[in-house]
Amino acid sequence: MSNELMSEIKRDHIMHLLEKGTRQDGRGVADFRNIKVETGLIESADGSARVQLGNTTVIAGIKIIPGTPFGDTPNLGVLTTGMELIPMAHPTFEAGPPGEDAIELARVVDRGIRESGMVDVEKLCITPGEEVWMCYIDMYAIDHDGNLFDAANLAAVCALKSAIIPAEQYGKGENAPLPVTCTPISVTEAKVGNTLIVDPDYDEEQISSARLTVTTDDNGNFRAMQKGGCGSITLDELRTCLDRSVEIGAEIRKIIG
Amino acid sequence: MSGHTDMVLVDENGMRIDGRTAEEHRPIRIEAGVLHNADGSAYVEIGKNKVLAAVYGPRECHPRHLQNPEKAIVQVKYNMEAYSVSDRKRPGTDRRSIEISKITAEALEKVVLTELYPRASIDVYIEILQANAGTRCAGLTAASVALADAGIPMRDIVPAIAAGKADGKVLLDLNKEEDNYGQADVPIAIIPSTDEIVLLQMDGNMTRAEFDHAIELAVNACHEVHDLQVDALKRRYSKPQEGSE
Repeated sequence: MSNELMSEIKRDHIMHLLEKGTRQDGRGVADFRNIKVETGLIESADGSARVQLGNTTVIAGIKIIPGTPFGDTPNLGVLTTGMELIPMAHPTFEAGPPGEDAIELARVVDRGIRESGMVDVEKLCITPGEEVWMCYIDMYAIDHDGNLFDAANLAAVCALKSAIIPAEQYGKGENAPLPVTCTPISVTEAKVGNTLIVDPDYDEEQISSARLTVTTDDNGNFRAMQKGGCGSITLDELRTCLDRSVEIGAEIRKIIG
Repeated sequence: MSGHTDMVLVDENGMRIDGRTAEEHRPIRIEAGVLHNADGSAYVEIGKNKVLAAVYGPRECHPRHLQNPEKAIVQVKYNMEAYSVSDRKRPGTDRRSIEISKITAEALEKVVLTELYPRASIDVYIEILQANAGTRCAGLTAASVALADAGIPMRDIVPAIAAGKADGKVLLDLNKEEDNYGQADVPIAIIPSTDEIVLLQMDGNMTRAEFDHAIELAVNACHEVHDLQVDALKRRYSKPQEGSE
């Protein structure tokens, strides 16, 4: 992601620890950090969640407003996903319109939510062909210590699960929970040397060569993937990531309920 | 991936609407060295996709703050022409093209010997003249040939192709209808000499068994695409040069 110089001593330290199967914060290679979720913290939003993944924090807010459907999907609600990497979150983040990192993050989160059918957009139709609910998911990195992909995905998913369609506000009937069908969970791994590590922290990301995010649904089927970074992954490494994404995805689904 | 149709995409004999079997890719045509000004270039057709790629560099890196004192950077601009799709595409970069440019550059950076050109930039321009599903793979396939045509040292030439799922069946190289009304799409690019993956995306819905099958189809097809890339370069450099310098 962002480029900062890292001291060789720290790099060697991390590599040395990985040879022994452990990491700076004491985790094993396949361990996720602690997940803390708080929902409903933003009263002005129709759904919101703050997710902490170790020292990484992302806030997602949902706004649901009436709007015009797309011409080719006149009866479907509209989902829009955005992410901003604000200067507050890390010294390397700069103010301004979203750059390629922020865009990639938003699009990978969007893909998991969209392709899993998490939000039942067919139920977001108000008047066919004329008016539908537009569901905006906006995610902000508040504190960046690695793995913004999974933190953002979790924040978006938890915010959506807590969201209410504000129908009364617009004279469109009674308020109702946003229709949600499943819980897509992404699991990101980084390749450091020849080791794959789950849920990389910032330092680990800095020395990693490649990244793979795999999003599964409640049935353990694959809904979205994204390889990133200038390195490569072998077919065996891919299989490891797939296995872990299913296992860890199921565990996380239990944690966030 | 989200559309619905009554169209039968794969019939009872396993035939697809364009007459292919599940494991067949569309006809592929690759030409190297098709532009005059660029240091290297390539033209690729995969079915109805028509894609041009051009390479400039290694040259001075702009903007300069992107310079890396240890190696060259690979910058990719993927761009769809306004008339390349059925509705007119609004010109200019959008979020999709920024993402595709980024992952394409990352895939190429693994094979280019960037350490030979500190502070330089290798600029790759991919123009989609006509789109019919699979443009990112066609673009990366073309870009690799263009890099080789530019004489840029590389560990290997990267081929790319997608596998996917339509009518519940795993298919190689989805066409537009299969992409629109199908259930999954998995673009992939590999380093042929090692089968390492340098680009991988997936969207849709696949079981583990389906995904494993899709990867197998795509990796095998990547080797076929690679043969065609090499063949294009051989044709370019074995015949007497016409037109360009």
